[in-house]
Amino acid sequence: MRRFVWASVALALVLAYPLVFSSPFQQRLGALVLLYAIAASAWNIVGGYAGQVSVGHVVFFGCGAYSAMAAYAHFGLSPLVGIPVGIVISVAISAVVGVPTLRLSGHYFSMATIAVAELARLIVTNTDYLGAGVGLSGPTVPRNIFDLSFISALPYYYLFLAVLAITLGITWWMASNRMGFYLRAIRDSERAARSLGAPASRTKLYAFMLSAGLTSVAGALYAMMFGFIDPESGLGILISVKILIMAALGGAGLLFGPLVGAAILVPLEEISNNLLGGKGAGLTFVVYGAIIVLIARFQPGGILTLIKRLWARPRKTPTAIAVPGASHAP
Amino acid sequence: MSTILAQVIVGGLLLGAIYALFSSGLTLVWGMMNIVNFAHGDFVMLGMYVAYVVWSLFGAGPLLGAPLAALLLATVGIVVYFGLIREIMKGPMLAQILGTFGLALLLRYSAFWWFGANFLTLPENIVGGTFDILGLRIQASRLLAGVVALLVTLGLHLLLTRTSLGSKMLAVAEDSTAAQLMGIRPDTMQAIAWAIAAGATGIAGALIATFFYIVPTVGETLAIVAFVTVSLGGFGSVPGALMAGLLIGVIESLSAYLIGAVYKDIVVYSLFLGFLWFRPQGLMGKS
Repeated sequence: MRRFVWASVALALVLAYPLVFSSPFQQRLGALVLLYAIAASAWNIVGGYAGQVSVGHVVFFGCGAYSAMAAYAHFGLSPLVGIPVGIVISVAISAVVGVPTLRLSGHYFSMATIAVAELARLIVTNTDYLGAGVGLSGPTVPRNIFDLSFISALPYYYLFLAVLAITLGITWWMASNRMGFYLRAIRDSERAARSLGAPASRTKLYAFMLSAGLTSVAGALYAMMFGFIDPESGLGILISVKILIMAALGGAGLLFGPLVGAAILVPLEEISNNLLGGKGAGLTFVVYGAIIVLIARFQPGGILTLIKRLWARPRKTPTAIAVPGASHAP
Repeated sequence: MSTILAQVIVGGLLLGAIYALFSSGLTLVWGMMNIVNFAHGDFVMLGMYVAYVVWSLFGAGPLLGAPLAALLLATVGIVVYFGLIREIMKGPMLAQILGTFGLALLLRYSAFWWFGANFLTLPENIVGGTFDILGLRIQASRLLAGVVALLVTLGLHLLLTRTSLGSKMLAVAEDSTAAQLMGIRPDTMQAIAWAIAAGATGIAGALIATFFYIVPTVGETLAIVAFVTVSLGGFGSVPGALMAGLLIGVIESLSAYLIGAVYKDIVVYSLFLGFLWFRPQGLMGKS
């Protein structure tokens, strides 16, 4: 019951945010938080729940973004048409990368994802059809509502909120079903899970494909909001970094972890860019690198895990906290 | 065989020797501790900047730059091992990959912040000029870099296979608990491995800097090259890395010559993904 109250309060706050903080900057900030939360939540499915750390997730983001822009630039269609195309291409790429590497140890998967992202960036940079180094633009003046081209960030805010809700819904549904149990078993001990008959490689692959498809939707939404995509903003490694760090900071493998991470890091980046200007870009990523190292070194579970632990501390005996998951004889 | 083709292949071999040198560090660490250093390419990048700073401060070439870079990077390797790697090795896979990946970002953007995003180069004549061997025109800097890299890689192989230190490291790699019972400290051996691996990248970086542009993001490309080399040569194998490094150097040069310089990385990365599909254990690894 208390859980339900908290959830309603949180939902009400999220719904009311752009109406209370109604300056264009604040609304745009809110929309960006939600957008990155979608991408990071999608990453979370494979990186958090399946424990396979993709460091090239931008390739799926780029697929969505480029498909949406190409639908407009080449066929004069609504960028929305590009979304299913982007999903199909992303899922295909994830299968090509995932099938061979998910049978091997997790390092191979990470190396393959970084290589495929770079490969995609190089190919797109040299493909005139996709705008090469210059990029593709969306509609400058919206022809109708299906172009999803708005001046205000408010419509984007609610659109992204809806997509985020769907993404989190899918994640929750996945985690509370057979697949979620398989994934948790595999993450804890792949050998044990396999020996009990869990189809480890296949389950990880499904998680990767699902994650890829959802990430591509985030990419398409990004392209629609900015009306423009180029190799750096659509396929640069720094997008992968942002997606990954938001999920890891908030709490990888937790439903709301990526949202918390995005809510912390997106404002931080916007503010530091505004304060420091161009010089801030480099410094922002120095800080990002430091945060990632610190999370890995001290708190791999992210902020939410830390909060949960601190929250639980006063109520339990110290021994119960020192060995979480250990079974005590009654 | 036409002279140009021969020249392209020799150029590829000389470049490949450097790839082999820094990749053997990655393969050593992977083989011993089962951890992949995502910051490996950025270690090479640091080596390049050390060479640049040495030149701009003292006007000295790689003769001073390479040993200094090796020493500094070896120190970085030890610090990274004790400060980060030793702890994240006990953690989940997520922590292992995030740890070195975060380190890569930290190094890359610190360099970006400090030196700026501009392409820096050392003066072209920092190591002699260009001369002819058997009708092939070869830059002295590339020749020096290739030969030194080859010698250091071979030295590394001998160190690992012919000395008692190498045997101790191998023992830790095989079974660190058993090694500990024999009076070998796994911690010390692993720290030495990190020092050697990082030191090798320092030398490689200082050597590449004599003929390559220096830019903070160069580490990403080099890291992928190292991944390709190591996966081609088989993880944990220095001779494998040597063969693979030379092969990739040649493939890169040939594809730059035959289909254009912008496509050389595309060819190499595709090769990597192809290998993961069909032969993840590498060319020389056992299936």
